[in-house]
Amino acid sequence: MNSSRYQRQNVRSPFSSLMAHGEPWVWLMSGSLAVAVTMVIGLLLFITVRGSIHFWPRPLYEITLRNGERCLGEVISRERQLKNISDDQTVHDRVLVRTADFRTDSTRYTWFDQQNISSIQQPQFATVIERFEGGLFHGFPVCLLKDGIPTGDSPEAAWQQYQEISPTIQKRFREANRIDRLRRGDLQKRLRNARLALFDARLKQGNDHPIVEKVKNEEEEISKKVAEISSLLDKKMAALRKANSSWKFEFKTVDGQSVIFPVEEIIQAWQPNNISLLGMSSVYGTRWWEFLSDNPREANSAGGVFPAICGTVSMTMIMAFLVAPFGVLAALYLREYAADNSLTATIRIAINNLAGVPSIVYGAFGLGFFCYGAGGWIDENFFSASLLADNQPTFGTGGLLWASLTLALLTLPVVIVATEEALAAVPNSMREGSYACGGSKWQTIYRIVLPRALPGIMTGVILAMARAAGEVAPLMLVGVKKIALDLPIDTSFPFIHPEREFMHLAYLVYDIGFQSSNSQAAKPMVFTITLLLVTIIAVLNIAAIYLRSRLKRRYALQEF
Amino acid sequence: MQKGIGPSVYSDGNKPDAGTNRLQAVAQGKDVGAEVHPKVLEETPVLEIDRFNLWYGSKQVIHDISMPIIRKQVTALIGPSGCGKSTLLRSVNRMNDLIQNIRITGDMRLNGDSIYEPRMDVINLRKRMGMVFQKPNPFPMSIFENVVYSLRIDGEKNRSVLDEVCEISLRGAALWDEVKDCLNDSALKLSGGQQQRLCIARAVAAEPEVLLLDEPCSALDPIATGKIEDLIQELRGQYSILMVTHNMQQASRASDYTAFIYLGRLIEYGPTSDIFTNPVLQETESYVTGRFG
Repeated sequence: MNSSRYQRQNVRSPFSSLMAHGEPWVWLMSGSLAVAVTMVIGLLLFITVRGSIHFWPRPLYEITLRNGERCLGEVISRERQLKNISDDQTVHDRVLVRTADFRTDSTRYTWFDQQNISSIQQPQFATVIERFEGGLFHGFPVCLLKDGIPTGDSPEAAWQQYQEISPTIQKRFREANRIDRLRRGDLQKRLRNARLALFDARLKQGNDHPIVEKVKNEEEEISKKVAEISSLLDKKMAALRKANSSWKFEFKTVDGQSVIFPVEEIIQAWQPNNISLLGMSSVYGTRWWEFLSDNPREANSAGGVFPAICGTVSMTMIMAFLVAPFGVLAALYLREYAADNSLTATIRIAINNLAGVPSIVYGAFGLGFFCYGAGGWIDENFFSASLLADNQPTFGTGGLLWASLTLALLTLPVVIVATEEALAAVPNSMREGSYACGGSKWQTIYRIVLPRALPGIMTGVILAMARAAGEVAPLMLVGVKKIALDLPIDTSFPFIHPEREFMHLAYLVYDIGFQSSNSQAAKPMVFTITLLLVTIIAVLNIAAIYLRSRLKRRYALQEF
Repeated sequence: MQKGIGPSVYSDGNKPDAGTNRLQAVAQGKDVGAEVHPKVLEETPVLEIDRFNLWYGSKQVIHDISMPIIRKQVTALIGPSGCGKSTLLRSVNRMNDLIQNIRITGDMRLNGDSIYEPRMDVINLRKRMGMVFQKPNPFPMSIFENVVYSLRIDGEKNRSVLDEVCEISLRGAALWDEVKDCLNDSALKLSGGQQQRLCIARAVAAEPEVLLLDEPCSALDPIATGKIEDLIQELRGQYSILMVTHNMQQASRASDYTAFIYLGRLIEYGPTSDIFTNPVLQETESYVTGRFG
């Protein structure tokens, strides 16, 4: 017999053995992970599906109601509705139809009870027209008019002919618009600059200084030149407009009324019941391309989001280039140089807490400090003419630079913490090796510690970029606008315009989704923009991760 | 005879009586004199350690050690773990400056220049020495850049100079034949033994006056260890080497002079053959034969 007082016994209850092995905990852990993964994948899938079907051409249905009314539209959804359940227990289906007729703009989405519908069909020539202004239109082609004279009689012929002439007309239309917006805009800017230069000279030198005379002559010369170019442009545009205005397209609505559109105002038209799968894909591709490469129209609810893509990407990049050196230098001092005492501990805690400050507070700080403070000072000292003559601030209002700086401040804690951890992970033996070779502290940091810590620092910058690209609240205060078609980077001197206001995808989601008057129409657009934003962030991150893995391979760790 | 070093420094007046175990006396905190063989004092020293004391906070880890390190010879420091031999080695190139709470008295002289004088430029001092650590610590860069690191931080840009130094150093470290075709590969891809030889190449690249080896084989397998020991044999005569080792056989095989250190005190110091076969002190003999420690 065992003489010891304690004897290990065979475990009797299967449950206690289970607990001892910790299996329930494993289930709990894997379950939590599964829930988290499911939610993330579900969200991404939801955004992807809802965002990518928006541009797919849906078939058009002609719906005839029992009371004789007819309408033409896309069936958005069907649902079963329990109506008067106490009476007869019947279940009625109903369908949500999106009609598009510019004369009845307000009732674009309509529910129809299935029992009120007498017939549904898909007319072959039903056409969707995307207009430059005024939204979509659903109708049937009648004929193409040249100078008011019908050129064909059948809808097929009209459609055929439209397909042929549309590309040239669209090209002219775009050219005319470009001249109108860009070239004239440039001329206006030149005029304004000349005027401001004169004002500036007067302000600084007094009215009778010889320089003022010189600048005045220059201004007159420029305005003469601008007038010349302007009249040239006018002629060019008039020719373009004239060539386009001769073509018109007559449509009839579902209830037989005739509508005539100038062909140039039709951005795109397709007959969803009359095209093959290939044709559908081509329409889908064209609409995506327009979305990605065009300027927004109609209060952002149509057209493209190119300026917003530009704004988001350039802001995120500038932010990354600002925050990385700042954060790394701060972390270097904190980790490598500062003495390890209660002061540095306090600073560390303060930096960590900064990450918890609501982002709108950063926005308010950016507005007060960067826009009004720094920007106001720059305006007073360098752009006083614009401020006094036009009462128009240059840097003293929201802009790309200030937004990037504000977000850099917002993401600084992320970078500092990540960098500090990366520096701490560099083994001391590396530092000692460098010191033993006669390296100074700075040479050691610069040649050994920083390269080794670079992948970790990159991780911090990646996290910062992801955070910054999705931030909206502070941006509303420091430079994001609903519409800002002048890109921050363009072909006019000095090519980069950090003072300009810009558009941002995340703000566009907020604006279209919650500020738009027609929220039903804007909903699919919100998903599409979200999909785009997620994709851009993913692309930026993948690029950074690729860079990091290359660095890692270069400075690969190898144990022996 | 070099200045400042006479026999009196090493043969202390208050030697304990014969028959008393010096190691026990040391363990009780008593001062015992160091037994320094006269042969050591006849040679030309490259480094002189002069009444050196070191405290971590209030704990004294090195007690009044004085010894010359002989030029172009290999000197091994042996002793049980924690006896202060690594600390002594790291004091030579002032690596201990990086640790806070250290207090030092006494001095060391490298070719006559005081290491611990207040005006000494530590970075310049370290440039005159090379050091190899317990664990191989190649830098995260190419093999070539590792070897010429000392020259790089001195601002040497001449490619032919760098190439020449790289080849000579790698040949000196018996690594050239293995890596000559992949000089631009990451040094971290090498095996542990190769990494350690690379570290030796890096240490000798700047023609150091003293080469400090801090248990260079303790993280290596027996074959790699053998190669390093062969290398040390080859470097003898070219460089003055001060080496810390745990391994008695290694000390007897690879070194010309051996110093036995116990609890921060130098016990016996003399030519390796004498220390291992015919030590003055009974205590040394029992340590090197493994009966103690």
